[in-house]
Amino acid sequence: GKNEYDLLVIGGGSGGLACAKEAAQFGRKVAVLDYVEPSPQGTSWGLGGTCVNVGCIPKKLMHQAALLGSALKDAQHYGWNIAQPVHHTWSVMAQAVQNYVKSLNWGHRVQLQDKKVKYFNMKGSFSDPHTVHGLTKAGKETIVTADNIVLATGGRPKYPTHIAGALEYGITSDDLFWLKESPGKTLPSFILYVSLECAGFLTGIGLDTAVMMRSIPLRGFDQASQMASLVTEHMESYGTKFLKRCFPTKVEKLKSNRLQVTWKNTDLGTEESDSFDTVMWAVGRAPDTKTLNLETVGVKTNSETGKIIVDASEATSVPHIYAIGDITEGRPELTPTAIAAGKLLAQRLFGQSSELMDYDNVPTTVFTPLEYGCVGLSEEAAVQCHGSENIEVFHAYYKPLEFTVAERDATQCYMKMVCLREREQRILGLHFIGPNAGEVIQGFALGIKCGATYPQLMKAVGIHPTCAEEVTKLHITKRSGLDATVTGC
Amino acid sequence: SVEAHKEDKPQKTMEVNGLTAVPESYDYDLIVIGGGSGGLAAAKEAAKYGKKVMVLDFVVPTPQGSSWGLGGTCVNVGCIPKKLMHQAALLGQALQDSRKFGWQFTEEVKHNWMTMTESVQNYIGSLNWGYRVALRDNKVTYENAYGEFVGPHTIKATNKRGAEKLYTAERFLIATGERPRYLGIPGDKEYCISSDDLFSLPYCPGKTLVVGASYVALECAGFLAGLGLDVTVMVRSILLRGFDQDMANKIGEYMKEHGVNFIREFVPIKVEQIEEGTPGRLKVTAKSTTGNQIIEGEYNTVLLAIGRDPCTRKIGLDKVGVRINEKTGKIPVNDEEQTNVSYIYAVGDILQDKLELTPVAIQAGRLLIRRLYAGATTKCDYVNVPTTVFTPLEYGACGYSEETAVEKFGEENIEVYHSHFWPLEWTVPSRDNNKCYAKIICNIQDNERVIGFHVLGPNAGEVTQGFAAAIKCGMTKEQLDNTVGIHPVCAEV
Repeated sequence: GKNEYDLLVIGGGSGGLACAKEAAQFGRKVAVLDYVEPSPQGTSWGLGGTCVNVGCIPKKLMHQAALLGSALKDAQHYGWNIAQPVHHTWSVMAQAVQNYVKSLNWGHRVQLQDKKVKYFNMKGSFSDPHTVHGLTKAGKETIVTADNIVLATGGRPKYPTHIAGALEYGITSDDLFWLKESPGKTLPSFILYVSLECAGFLTGIGLDTAVMMRSIPLRGFDQASQMASLVTEHMESYGTKFLKRCFPTKVEKLKSNRLQVTWKNTDLGTEESDSFDTVMWAVGRAPDTKTLNLETVGVKTNSETGKIIVDASEATSVPHIYAIGDITEGRPELTPTAIAAGKLLAQRLFGQSSELMDYDNVPTTVFTPLEYGCVGLSEEAAVQCHGSENIEVFHAYYKPLEFTVAERDATQCYMKMVCLREREQRILGLHFIGPNAGEVIQGFALGIKCGATYPQLMKAVGIHPTCAEEVTKLHITKRSGLDATVTGC
Repeated sequence: SVEAHKEDKPQKTMEVNGLTAVPESYDYDLIVIGGGSGGLAAAKEAAKYGKKVMVLDFVVPTPQGSSWGLGGTCVNVGCIPKKLMHQAALLGQALQDSRKFGWQFTEEVKHNWMTMTESVQNYIGSLNWGYRVALRDNKVTYENAYGEFVGPHTIKATNKRGAEKLYTAERFLIATGERPRYLGIPGDKEYCISSDDLFSLPYCPGKTLVVGASYVALECAGFLAGLGLDVTVMVRSILLRGFDQDMANKIGEYMKEHGVNFIREFVPIKVEQIEEGTPGRLKVTAKSTTGNQIIEGEYNTVLLAIGRDPCTRKIGLDKVGVRINEKTGKIPVNDEEQTNVSYIYAVGDILQDKLELTPVAIQAGRLLIRRLYAGATTKCDYVNVPTTVFTPLEYGACGYSEETAVEKFGEENIEVYHSHFWPLEWTVPSRDNNKCYAKIICNIQDNERVIGFHVLGPNAGEVTQGFAAAIKCGMTKEQLDNTVGIHPVCAEV
């Protein structure tokens, strides 16, 4: 028989919604299934996916709250008289953030309606390659059939279930942004950008925060010039405590309702413990594919990561079933790539386009107290790919003008550009630590997409006074061993 | 012709056995007149190639008596103090936002002008010092003296005490920059201040009238209002002449909605003092440009920002035959920054038909020196130079304005893509949701190459810089579309 829909998207997040709305533009009959399984702590949210509800959006807003705390301190140096002490109230911030997120949930529902995309708040699972069984929270069932199905169910935070008490007493980023009361003294655990970003803003709003890390910070990001350690060094000077080379062994609840965390310090070979109000796990995210019933239809996943294997056109191992966003193997876990991939997929399916998503040179930013923006290859990747004799790394330590009067420490404000050494000197990667890193990197990402070379960048005139202009002035190489501190105007 | 006489052929050259002229020894290989962005960059670069260089820098005090140290306009009375005071104003806004993000502190927050100005001046002082040290380290001779040509290859340097010295050099670089223009009306020099005075003003300016519609006028008006002062801007005709007018109007609207008063199509005709003081009280009388209407207003401070004039009329250029534009005072140069006198060069704000920006002056100065002394051939590229206006809502731009693009290519041949955006950080504090704006102008006939980029929003400078680099690489609309955005930032729009 004929399928009910041209396209069914399972997962109403960044990728899913973009794909659905794009397909609807071509006059197709589209449906979206979105469902949020409550976290172990019971947290849930509306339409929009991770980014809107428990990711980029609330994260950046809370990061902004923390930055404003710094601004309050700076302001005194710039002549503003603010009576001390200054307090931060979590509930005021949380409510404002949550209200904004809810307005976005509403906005997404309205958009789907406007574009005539059918929305089901249901959990979906495959019955056969063109049939999905949907279940509401209340237990009501619906069958949906479609010619094409796109899986965009994203990921959820992992729990270190081998640690006693981890599941019962710990929270994750899924819960953090929806807390009504302050998390108090917090221990986000392990190092991923989520962990550092959260620890960063929690410290910034005045909470006593410690980060426990088993090994290296920011695995996967640039290591060599210690972009990662510059970021964490700054956080340390900013007030976040780091428990390095430690891993927790158990979490227990105390009579006071606080949590006692016990851990092994691998450096000293000792066992230590301390009490916290909140323990937050940020040990990675796992693809949300368990309830999809992928085995029934034969969609292949990576046995190690559980992510769905796709080809360059986002096709899975089953015809007419596609996957985009965080659940796909080998793709960056970023909202803009999911959105772009979703749109292009819809254009290929229904719009006679053949354009594939280009995952190269995707810029990104980690919104730690001192932000880190990057695009292209890390130094290690460049060395691995081309050999250290074939690459040149230009770098500089700089001081943002606004830090001068504010008497802020700019020790970790740093940038580096990784280029090929031969004739053209094409730029392979750009890394920037400093305020507004995302704003700085975005335009250069464009340049790199255009094949920008070092000489071209040097011809570009700087805008003065900004931090970004320092990129156009990079000239000291790591190879030279010279002092890379920017001096003077 | 008269020009031929005053042309190059340094009088001190000699021909030896018919071979090419060998110059007799001069005091210096290069004398730079003007220790600002362009002059210092060139001087330091020349010293790197082992040349004997001298820099002459002198600041003629303003009518109000303000003066400053080595470094030129940018460091002392331009970019640097401007951006710092702009930052002070932004922090005032941040204080208001922070309440919505959960920060709690007393309702009344006041700004102390002296605290800010002292901090800013201290920082500038450190830069002045840094420049003196840098020159010394690079073995560049520096004299705090007023330089003027007295004859071929010869200048006279007069210091503050009036002592005169003569110096000769094989080549000269004029980089004397500009100073604010006055209106030429009764009371202007006696009672009004300019940007030359504002950044070191030893008292809060109070209720201020800013005369002018240049970026200097709008930036100053913007931060003064942001610090809580009552500010009015008196505009003769349009805002930000030479800039994209669509963007200029949006900037003006934003400022109006955020507490800056505008008096349009009026010019002051006299300024009188009602009461002396720091600040005092001044009465300004103004006349309409479209009729006979006369208005009066009372202010503590009147800040003139109607333009800047090059410092080229009193440096003896006639003595060596360097041609200037008699009307504007600017010096025309060829594409190698050379004046009509072959051993005399010029860089920076004094150049005719070039941009008045620090990074341009620095770039031009350095490249010039490399061509002169290091055998380089690269010329300064003045095309697609990005800039940013640091008004309360910042404006970054690179390339053509919409009007100029239409004029040059024809309306049918350009496509303008635009979008309003709402910075995420503005949502929670409920700040304007329809003011930030971005547009790109593409040349349809050239593969939709991006020929103009304009953005109005926070951190416009940081956003624009990378796009300017991409435009230099010939970015097209398609490439822009294919570049993934960083989320959530303003630049992704």
